[in-house]
Amino acid sequence: MPGLTQNVDNIEDIDYSDIEAKYKVDYDGSFDNTLIVDGVPIIDNSKLERLLTKICKEFSRKGVPVKQDDIFMPWDEATGKSKGYLFMDFRNSHDANNALLAMNNHPFDAKHIFKLNRFDEIEKFANMDETYVEPEQEEYMPREHLRAWLTDPQGRDQYVVYRGDDVEIFWHGKPSQCELAYKPDWKDFLYVSWSPLGTYIATLHRQGVRLWGGPSWKPQQRFAHPLVKLIDFSPCENYIVTWSNESIIVPDGKPQGPQYFSPEDEGNNLAVWDIKTGHLLRTFPTNSGTEGPAGKRQMQWPALKWSPDDKFVARVSPGQMISVHELPSMFLHDKKSLKIEGVVDFEWCPLSDKDRDEVEKVASVGAKGAKKAPENMIAYWTPEVANQPARVTLLSFPSRTILRQKNLFNVSECKLHWQNQGDFLCVKVDRHTKTKKSIFCNLEIFRVREKDFPVEVVELKDTVTDFSWEPKGERFAIVSTNDPNLGNPGPGITIKTDVSFYQLDRVKNDFKLLKTLPNRTSNAIRWSPRGRFVVLATVGSSTKSELEFWDLDFTLEDRRDGQVVKEDWGSSIQSLGLADHYGVTDVEWDPSGRYLATSASAWTHTLENGYALWDFRGQELLKQIQDRFKQFLWRPRPRTLLTREQQKQIRKNLKEFSRVFEEEDQRESENVNTELLALRRRLVDEWNAWRARSTKELAEDGGHDHVKEKQSEEDKEEIEVWVEDIIEQIEEEVED
Amino acid sequence: MRPILLQGHERSLTQIKYNRDGDLLFSCSKDHVINVWYTHNGERLGTYDGHNGTVWTVDVDSESMYMVSGSADNQLRLWNVATGKCLYTWEFPTAVKRVAFSEDDKQVVCITEQRMGFQCTIRVFNINRTGDGTKQSKEPAHMFSPVGSKATVCAFTSQPGIIFTGHESGKVALFNYKTGEEVDSNERAHGDVVTDLQMSPDKTYCITSSKDKSARIHDTKTLDVIKTFTTETPLNSAAIAPNKPYVLLGGGQEAMSVTTTSLRQGKFETRFWHKVFEEEVGRVKGHFGPINTIAVHPKGISYASGGEDGFVRVHHFDESYFKTQPYGDLQIED
Repeated sequence: MPGLTQNVDNIEDIDYSDIEAKYKVDYDGSFDNTLIVDGVPIIDNSKLERLLTKICKEFSRKGVPVKQDDIFMPWDEATGKSKGYLFMDFRNSHDANNALLAMNNHPFDAKHIFKLNRFDEIEKFANMDETYVEPEQEEYMPREHLRAWLTDPQGRDQYVVYRGDDVEIFWHGKPSQCELAYKPDWKDFLYVSWSPLGTYIATLHRQGVRLWGGPSWKPQQRFAHPLVKLIDFSPCENYIVTWSNESIIVPDGKPQGPQYFSPEDEGNNLAVWDIKTGHLLRTFPTNSGTEGPAGKRQMQWPALKWSPDDKFVARVSPGQMISVHELPSMFLHDKKSLKIEGVVDFEWCPLSDKDRDEVEKVASVGAKGAKKAPENMIAYWTPEVANQPARVTLLSFPSRTILRQKNLFNVSECKLHWQNQGDFLCVKVDRHTKTKKSIFCNLEIFRVREKDFPVEVVELKDTVTDFSWEPKGERFAIVSTNDPNLGNPGPGITIKTDVSFYQLDRVKNDFKLLKTLPNRTSNAIRWSPRGRFVVLATVGSSTKSELEFWDLDFTLEDRRDGQVVKEDWGSSIQSLGLADHYGVTDVEWDPSGRYLATSASAWTHTLENGYALWDFRGQELLKQIQDRFKQFLWRPRPRTLLTREQQKQIRKNLKEFSRVFEEEDQRESENVNTELLALRRRLVDEWNAWRARSTKELAEDGGHDHVKEKQSEEDKEEIEVWVEDIIEQIEEEVED
Repeated sequence: MRPILLQGHERSLTQIKYNRDGDLLFSCSKDHVINVWYTHNGERLGTYDGHNGTVWTVDVDSESMYMVSGSADNQLRLWNVATGKCLYTWEFPTAVKRVAFSEDDKQVVCITEQRMGFQCTIRVFNINRTGDGTKQSKEPAHMFSPVGSKATVCAFTSQPGIIFTGHESGKVALFNYKTGEEVDSNERAHGDVVTDLQMSPDKTYCITSSKDKSARIHDTKTLDVIKTFTTETPLNSAAIAPNKPYVLLGGGQEAMSVTTTSLRQGKFETRFWHKVFEEEVGRVKGHFGPINTIAVHPKGISYASGGEDGFVRVHHFDESYFKTQPYGDLQIED
């Protein structure tokens, strides 16, 4: 077999290079799974073991476990001490990345903060060019003016309408100025919501929340909270709270960064975000697990309550404590919660306009300003426990001093209502009689601006179903009822109610009844945001849907600050109008307090869905009946930029200003009239021309009979003839 | 404007009609009776008994001598207006839904229902006006069945040999009754069944009402839609007010769906619309069920409405109706 031997001989000569190339094991020369940890305490040999254990613990606590064997600590032989840094090996670059994200800038102890770097990058850092290179100036891209809608020359307000799958944003003004502002093509969202100052509009999608704004309605920010169901903005629009009934899950391979949830957020439902940066600040679990005595309580929303200046956010753990977190760090204020045995609910005191001015002044002057910003105030209540009475407490924050406490007895439920300037606090106390069979109501009104917080009690015999302060005013309205059907709602049952107005009597310093409107069905009070006007509505009833428009200062020409009312008590209340919107579910004033919007949403029922706009006297301006109509929201306005002096000036010169507007109105109505007249003239001309044509055709077509007849009709003489015909004569004998 | 309430029917009204002079009002209802009333005071002059089913339709000739009526007992009857005697009875296989006299009183057109395998048929009878009126020919002068959607309303037009029809599909059409040929049609005139048809005094235009919530004015020659009046309720009847540029529309939700809508929504009101501007001018309320039929006095001094509630309400217009010119002094041809 000569051939074979020949082959064997040549075996050394066979070229294996192609196979070798194919199966070559790549030697991984990179060190991308190695990190350098800087900022490690410098120790001597004796403490080495303890330090390494501690570091491993610290790392695994943050979800990036590391073994002691994988740590290499360089040693300075000369001094016998460590060098203050160490190397760490991870299984792969992915783990190393995670560790870098989790542990960089980690405070190891009071003096040491870990600084992590990739081993690969050390070379780069070492060879860094030390000469300073001027960084290229990033071109300034002006952001859109987010409040552009306020610069509308006609001073109109906007509203958003959500119908079917479509959203439309409209301008609302004089009849000729109402027009579509924008029709977005947002898809697949639950609902829309304005931010409290109207800067943004939020849509809730499956993936999270999106904010839109500016004149172009471009996306402004987004918050990745999957399956979000509820959102709540902070009062100054710095932060947003999102909630989903599904717990947060962070699947593998999810994007990471400050805008996203990290593994430690898993299982929580509530998230707080910074609106400007879009960063996630903190997540919370909702304490839905805690069950009250009456079974499972419904979750309260908003679950987090913001202080009016956006400095604090607080939440209550019912029965235990109120936890106040500082912004923007979201750390617990003073590192401890307010432990209050049995606390049920609390409310922040709103800031008055004056307070707000002061806060702004302090903020602009900076820390140097001698005057300190006024403190916030919290009101909370605790129910009766054993021998302890129920109690309402006013607490100043952050000093945590108790300002006022009031004990209450036979309490079954309390509701806290702040007047929007924080002048008054009304605690609506539902009290039961000794037998616990019937419930009546007390209103405990705290006058917050006065010394020692005097409390005054208004006792009522009936149950109060709704309470509302007049914005910026000294009046409030209540809906009370003694209807036996209260508490067992059924289809077709409309509860009879009484509506009462109360006002602070400046002389006696107590609240006195102004007027009671008996035998109503109204169950909702809606004060105009400027006060004075109020609408009483019957909402959510299938049979009644009345709207009553009232003016509480009818006899006053115009109200001036500090002017004492001299007229008879309660005489200035006047009904302005009655209206009806069938199936109304929502009633909302526009921010200027001139117009009212009522809507019947398909979320509640499907009969005659749509919305209507009214002026403050109850005149209908617009009515849209639309199938699958869902939501109507006025765009809120921020606080006025005018100072008090400027406002006063305007009020003084109101006549001058109003003349301009009146002229404008006049011109407009003339315009409309002439247009309408022209249109009508045209229509009449068309009609008459058509009539002339058709009568001519008729005459030509041999409608001679008709013409003849017409003539004969004119010649006709009227003769009245009485014709009496006996048709039938029947004689009947009637027997007794 | 205080209405006169005519309480002579036990069931809902189907049609009411003024005579040419406007002194009499004929009303027919589902209770088998036809009544005639003095319009100026609402006194009942008499009744026409004999039908054994819902009387769907009546019409009276220009001399107020003869009256014809069509009923669900499959009969078309000719009556002597003055004596109340039935002069002649025609029998058909199905119910009579609409009758109308011609301009010269010599002809009557009637529509019979499409039912039990019988087609909807339009028949034209010659009326023998000599003698006492009892000698009529049994057979129709002309007869044809329109193809497609059945006819619900009809009337003679100003053109000889042509009748105007409204159909269940919402179509309006012109038929030559001598040949049975469809001369012209507008398939899309309405979106739902045409419920009423009333001619203008000179018959050059007419108004139709429909369940599609609108009423329309058509040119009876070209079938062009001249005006459209869109309301928010299904319409049962529409009438033209002479001497004033108004049309009267009546209707309301079907009785079966009334419970799901609010009664206060004003759906049972007579609506006055401006004939030319297509704007609603006013409403007259009073009925507590849908309005089935409306008729206006030939001189335009009063109008009457008949409702599902079984009442006829006769309204004499107030002085102010004639005097006021809410749209200025525009000259509008009738």
